[in-house]
Amino acid sequence: MTSLIRIRDIPGGIHPPEHKDQSLRLPLGSVPLPPQLVVPVSQHIGEPATPVVSVGERVLTGQLIAAANGVFSANIHAPSSGTVIAVEDRMLTHPSGMSDTCIVIETDGKDEWIPLQPCEDYHALDKAALQEKIRLAGVAGLGGAGFPTAVKLNPRSTEVIDTLIINGAECEPYITADDMLMQTRADEIIAGTLMISHLLHEPKDLIIGLEDNKPKALAALQKAAEGTRVQVVEFPTKYPSGGAKQIIQILTGREIPTDHHSAYIGVICLNVGTVAAAWRAVRYGEPLISRITTVVGETLEIQRNVEVRIGTPIDFVLAQHGFDAKKASRLIMGGPMMGFTLPSPSVPVIKTTNCILAPTLKELPPPAPAQACIRCGLCADACPASLLPQQLFWYAQAEDMEKLQAHNLFDCIECGACSYVCPSNIPLVQYYRAAKGSIRQHEQEKEKSDRSRRRFEFRQQRIAKEEAEKEAKRLARKQAAEEAKQKLAEKAAAAAPAPQAEVVAEAVAKARAVQQTPEEQQAKLERILAAARNSLEHAQQPLVPNEEGAVITQEQLEKQQARIKQAELKVSEAEKKLADFMATQNNSTAAPADTPAPANDPVAAAIARAQAKLSMSPEEKLRSTLESLQTRLAKAQEKANAAKAEGSPTADALQQGVEKLQQKIADTEAELAQLAPAASEANAPSAEQHAAEAAIEKAKAKAAALATMSEEEKRAEQLKSVETRLQKARERLAKAEADNDPNIEAFRNGVVKLEEKHRELQDA
Amino acid sequence: MALLKVTSPHAHKGHSTAQLMRLVILATLPGFLALVWFFGVGVVFNVALACLACVGFEALAIKLRGRPVMFYLRDYSALVTGVLLGLSLPPYCPWWIVVVGSLCAIILAKQLYGGMGFNPFNPAMVAYVILLISFPVEMTQWAAPSTLLEAGQTLPGISDSLQKIWAGVPIDGYTAATPLDIMKQNNSLLVADVYANEPAFNTGTLAGAGWEWANIGFLIGGLFLLSQRVFTWHAPVSMLIALTVMATLFHDGGSSSSGGSPLFHLLSGATMLGAFFIVTDPVSSAVSKKGRIIYGAAIGVLVFVIRHWGNYPDALAFSVLLLNFAAPFIDYYTLPRTYGHAKARRATEKEE
Repeated sequence: MTSLIRIRDIPGGIHPPEHKDQSLRLPLGSVPLPPQLVVPVSQHIGEPATPVVSVGERVLTGQLIAAANGVFSANIHAPSSGTVIAVEDRMLTHPSGMSDTCIVIETDGKDEWIPLQPCEDYHALDKAALQEKIRLAGVAGLGGAGFPTAVKLNPRSTEVIDTLIINGAECEPYITADDMLMQTRADEIIAGTLMISHLLHEPKDLIIGLEDNKPKALAALQKAAEGTRVQVVEFPTKYPSGGAKQIIQILTGREIPTDHHSAYIGVICLNVGTVAAAWRAVRYGEPLISRITTVVGETLEIQRNVEVRIGTPIDFVLAQHGFDAKKASRLIMGGPMMGFTLPSPSVPVIKTTNCILAPTLKELPPPAPAQACIRCGLCADACPASLLPQQLFWYAQAEDMEKLQAHNLFDCIECGACSYVCPSNIPLVQYYRAAKGSIRQHEQEKEKSDRSRRRFEFRQQRIAKEEAEKEAKRLARKQAAEEAKQKLAEKAAAAAPAPQAEVVAEAVAKARAVQQTPEEQQAKLERILAAARNSLEHAQQPLVPNEEGAVITQEQLEKQQARIKQAELKVSEAEKKLADFMATQNNSTAAPADTPAPANDPVAAAIARAQAKLSMSPEEKLRSTLESLQTRLAKAQEKANAAKAEGSPTADALQQGVEKLQQKIADTEAELAQLAPAASEANAPSAEQHAAEAAIEKAKAKAAALATMSEEEKRAEQLKSVETRLQKARERLAKAEADNDPNIEAFRNGVVKLEEKHRELQDA
Repeated sequence: MALLKVTSPHAHKGHSTAQLMRLVILATLPGFLALVWFFGVGVVFNVALACLACVGFEALAIKLRGRPVMFYLRDYSALVTGVLLGLSLPPYCPWWIVVVGSLCAIILAKQLYGGMGFNPFNPAMVAYVILLISFPVEMTQWAAPSTLLEAGQTLPGISDSLQKIWAGVPIDGYTAATPLDIMKQNNSLLVADVYANEPAFNTGTLAGAGWEWANIGFLIGGLFLLSQRVFTWHAPVSMLIALTVMATLFHDGGSSSSGGSPLFHLLSGATMLGAFFIVTDPVSSAVSKKGRIIYGAAIGVLVFVIRHWGNYPDALAFSVLLLNFAAPFIDYYTLPRTYGHAKARRATEKEE
């Protein structure tokens, strides 16, 4: 059948000796079951599968032993019946020689299958079910990459697939596994191709492409494809035409844009072995438990293709082929161009093992020492991706990441053509792999540091914002205060041209202040006190180093002490104010006795009093004060006596008021005697000082106690104090609610805050 | 069993660097023979001495740098430099010219930059230019080709040559103006008249006696190397085309101010030696195909410009050195389009 497909050439490429004859002389053989199968849970690209069997469990051939972990993973099945003797880390079939979970099965030789579910006609299944069958069978790309096939067969809805390419190129020297498969199972490949075409909504072109060095495979495929839409196309042999990107370019002329998959340009490309495995998975319900592998190399007596169970140790396979370990230089999985040397001969065959190459020293001599690069450009001529390998080498040596990326390092497919032709024996691909690795690592680190930098910047921003808000509030308050002051001044200026005006205004303000309900004032003072205590507590908290391991400096300690002192002063001040207020309140409870019917207009009364005061000399003033005090005392005494007689609960308070008045009178008399207005002052500061000292002592004691306490004790102490405060706050709130206090909201907030703190402490 | 653990590819094939260098030396043979035929044994002495000196200096430098001497000598690169330098020096020039040239080529132009693969300039051309500027008298006395000799006169013999080279004993009338000199000096005769009257031309056929055959010899060698894929056609072909185009543009119908015919330029001086043995030096040239076309073409243009309007009769060494300077710049802007990319990138792309 002549095909309608135009064959294009790819740039670059090389023609290494093919070495394909020796493994094609014998028919497809098979390897007996080994005593032990070692099945890694990660044989594909993506997440490793999760073991679902336990040690000691008997498994049947084809039984699921490790389940796919998410979409981007593949199921793993028991390659033969037997007993699971270990689920442990074993060395992987991987160039690094790293270890990972493997399920070890001791075979019983019976090869007893689980019941399979064949499907006579896949057209009867809906597409999702068909895809699920392929997924459950654990089919992954058998060409070498091990890409989970079900993922590939489920392109995005925006990607219309117009070409399905089945890759039978097998361009690597030595490998003939696909050739053998095409020769012996051409009908399965054709059937599988048609099935996948059905799954992909019948793409326009179904092409099986292979190099022109496989005439037998070509004939077998063409025979099997007769009467179908499948076109079997051969193209000139040239390495690396079997790369997915290259075979797509050869058969369609399209290039996969960098950073995209082939589905982006409407092409899906699958290996012939993958197609056959997918077909068997659907038609016979067979999971992927074996594959065809080329066993080749001069160290072997028998070189051929064999069907081998996944998990068979490679040394077991080699032993079946008369392997002469003495002659071997290296063991390679895959071909001489892209294969990797095995870390140990005992690693198992996996889904992607297309060839086991055991060459002699003469066949593949060790690499010669590298000479200087003379930039001859032979590598650039051989590169199928049109890169400049000599420049990449230069920049890889210089570790110039930017230049490497500008020279498209990441479009390198690591085919090895450049190293193959290099006259100076430079292991170019090795340099590129290392450079790619370090760039990836570099980018990961960069991303990490970018993230933390962003986090830091965000935090800084947030703090700055908070600061700005605070500052704005402060400014607003300041402005409001200034405005109020100004207004007051204006008012005062307007009210009286004489200096009396100020005094009057003061008196007015005082009188107005008195007009506030005592509860309000008390609450306010208590709030101030609470706030002051709070800040004291805050200041007393032990210092936490800014960074881990940092030492608290003397300076920080001093600062803290200064803060504590300041806070203590505030607390004592607030305490004093509250005490004063309580006292005046007591007075005022007594006051009603003085003016039984409180003046309807206390403001006017106060103005009158103040004006009267103004017109007096200091002595007169004192005298009048004394007089009024004496009147008040008399009245208060009367009232107190009355209350006592009645047994009224206010009696004590009234008595106190009386005492206060007496004191005041004494003071006034003394003042009058001395005519020194400072006399009363002498008393006050000493009292204040005393209170402050006491508060400081108290705070110090508390701080000392805190310092000696363990973290646990401190927390307990704090918890206790918070609990007490909370209790108090709740009581106050209840009272406020009962009184329908205008500050009820503030109380409530306080309680909520305390509750929060309480919870925090409890949690800690 | 100790298994070798190496990364792919495991197979290796193709010429080794040493093989490539040997091929280059082999390919100079036709041109070398033509030079010997027309200019005598002086060429042989030049080449032999330059080779000896170059290899000697190379060995010395590698030894001083503490590297394995034989490993590096076996790449034949010093020998290639020696051969090319020997071929470009005037026959029968004093021995110290050759030695100083070799010293400049190997020590100054090559080893000081890190040895093979790291020299930004072509070592033989660096040496040639230093010699030409430092010792203009010795460097511009070219031997007369055998066709110019009067009856009874022969090319200098071996003993005469050795005495001239080692002791400076003069040889009578062995020098003559080269065709390029004659064409440069000419400002009164038509090109056709020059060809008819000047012995340097009328004893030859195409572009001056001797020179035309030397150039044809190097052309043959170059084509051989091309067939062996030692280098690609891009740089030499574009250089020759550019030179042809320039010569055609300024041929001026063969008037007295003409620069000479395209054929004259292609087959005189160092044109072919340069095109196939100097311009193709991979180390100091541009790397991509596009880059090499630009590199070669610029050399071709410069060769004509200096020959026609400059002070020196031949210009290859200067042109090559100038473009050696420009090669990294050309490389930045001539990356090939990589698979999967809509268009070619620039090497400067990632730099901010």
